[in-house]
Amino acid sequence: MAAILFGLGLAALLVRRNAIFTLMSIEVMLNAAGLAFVAAGARWGHADGQVMFLFILAMAAAEVSVGLALLLRLHHLFKSLDIDAASTMRG
Amino acid sequence: MLITFYVAAAIAIVSTVLMITRFNAVHALLYLVVSLLSVATVFFILGAPFVAALEVIIYAGAIMVLFIFVMMMLNIGDRATRMERAWLSPDAWVGPAILAVLLVIEFGYTLGSAGRAELAHETGPKDVALTLFGPYLLGVELVSMLLLAGIVGAYRLGSIRPEERESLDAIESDKQRAVIGGNLVRTGTGRTAGAA
Repeated sequence: MAAILFGLGLAALLVRRNAIFTLMSIEVMLNAAGLAFVAAGARWGHADGQVMFLFILAMAAAEVSVGLALLLRLHHLFKSLDIDAASTMRG
Repeated sequence: MLITFYVAAAIAIVSTVLMITRFNAVHALLYLVVSLLSVATVFFILGAPFVAALEVIIYAGAIMVLFIFVMMMLNIGDRATRMERAWLSPDAWVGPAILAVLLVIEFGYTLGSAGRAELAHETGPKDVALTLFGPYLLGVELVSMLLLAGIVGAYRLGSIRPEERESLDAIESDKQRAVIGGNLVRTGTGRTAGAA
């Protein structure tokens, strides 16, 4: 199940060109990784899996806040949410 | 345990597929919330109630609210009100609502006396806390540093820099000047021709 969810997130990341969908698919992938950790922890009866999930949760929160701030800047600069608009570099 | 697990897993996968195939970002967000809630149910069935609660509070609560705020900041004005009317139409929320009702039924069954016996061996918050602040103390410190960096980075990226605002103002006043000048120049010929 974790593998299926991760694959779906990866497919969404590759298919969709909207920046919001990119962030959402990253969420799905992180969630799938956390699910794998928790399932492994439950299988062997350890709390380590849940601890790793807490770390993943904190990382996802930090990543989403920075990603959404970047998205706002992108919207200011290009007036669109198409990530291909930002593919050219200056300099 | 097996049947409840597979039902929750099926709901998670179906709602994620529906999330990917939506064109409207808010519809996709609704399906994403349902997906996260069903993953939380899976955690509960796997015997991790603490993590299930955190998943609901932080993922489905805090992070989704962030997404919604950003979407509201991005489309303001006329378009937003038109879209708001469109969101209230039933086809936007019927799908996520059906999946969520299925989840609630399953959760009630699991909490009830019949499903209670089917739960896996439970690893409670106490074990998690002992492990988290014992061997993983360094990790906790690292995560706190990461969160601090996230806050500072988000603030830095979110605020418009002064020089940028100046250039925006300059562009605005240039536009206005062009409009005013155009009117003055055009008073003689173009307007009268248009009126005639």
